[in-house]
Amino acid sequence: MAGTHAENAHGAHGHDDHGHGQSGAGHATLGGYLTGFFLSIILTAIPFWIVMGDVFRSTSTAAVVLLVFAAVQIVVHMVYFLHMNSKSEGGWNMLAMIFTAVLVVITLAGSFWVMHHLNTNMMPGGAHDMQNMEGMRPAETPEPR
Amino acid sequence: MSAHASAAIDDKTFYLREEHHPENGTLLGFWTYLMSDCLIFAVLFACYGVLGRNYAAGPSGADLFDLKLVAINTAFLLLSSITYGLAMLEMEKNRKGTTLFWLGVTGVFGACFLGLELYEFWHLIHEGATPQRSAFLSSFFALVGTHGLHVFFGCVWLITLMVQVGQRGLILENRRRLMCLSMFWHFLDVVWIGVFTFVYLMGTL
Repeated sequence: MAGTHAENAHGAHGHDDHGHGQSGAGHATLGGYLTGFFLSIILTAIPFWIVMGDVFRSTSTAAVVLLVFAAVQIVVHMVYFLHMNSKSEGGWNMLAMIFTAVLVVITLAGSFWVMHHLNTNMMPGGAHDMQNMEGMRPAETPEPR
Repeated sequence: MSAHASAAIDDKTFYLREEHHPENGTLLGFWTYLMSDCLIFAVLFACYGVLGRNYAAGPSGADLFDLKLVAINTAFLLLSSITYGLAMLEMEKNRKGTTLFWLGVTGVFGACFLGLELYEFWHLIHEGATPQRSAFLSSFFALVGTHGLHVFFGCVWLITLMVQVGQRGLILENRRRLMCLSMFWHFLDVVWIGVFTFVYLMGTL
């Protein structure tokens, strides 16, 4: 029974090879993997060179360039290694990924935004603290003057 | 496609559909798992982004990180990705021996990655840069350690599948499992891009 099942499945595989290639991770080619591999080498080597060779004087410029390279490399991996396209699994793969990407952006951007403001306001000598000090100084320390 | 199948072998249509759908369902379900895993890493990245500069007067990333080591580690993971891809191509050609060979090479690269990462951790802890030292180091070990743990379980899974392919051959079930592990392995490489950029390179700037 297991044998016939496997045969049927194999037959199905042979019949809709084209459809299967579009729906799963089955349309991999050697050319695709090699393209992705060489793009990844380039996109990895350049960021390491930027940091190890101190290419940019401004660290914030370097950071932005590094993030752009990372984003491009992630897309390269998604396309050439994970075979993402809008057709795989009838579009559900892409939909799940877009949903996740939205959640990731909200999580990261929200955390950094909130915590940055928290840090700024809690910093000793920060703008908020100074205001408080100025307000309190006449009441608290009248005698030295 | 279904019209063709039902016309050709009408009485087997039911089996064809039942056999075909679970495979797609598995891959989509596994993709959904990977996306939820992605959220775990997003939270750990957010933690590191928030706490990564709180050194508590301890060592900073620029003091600790050895970028040459990280570059070698990145190369190991990238090479393991391409060798896994080659294994999948051999699997589609139904060649069991070469599939197992490339899976083995992938496992060796994965093990090299883990070994080098453990060496780095051991080195850091030996220097006193333990997870307890500062918020930066806590979040660093949590993020990079979680990724390393994923790679470790990927290696365990890889060895398990090599045994199964060795025993049962490239049957439908094993093909499906290999496809899932393929997605898992490439996903870990994608996460590593974020780690080496955000933690190591930007931490050394």
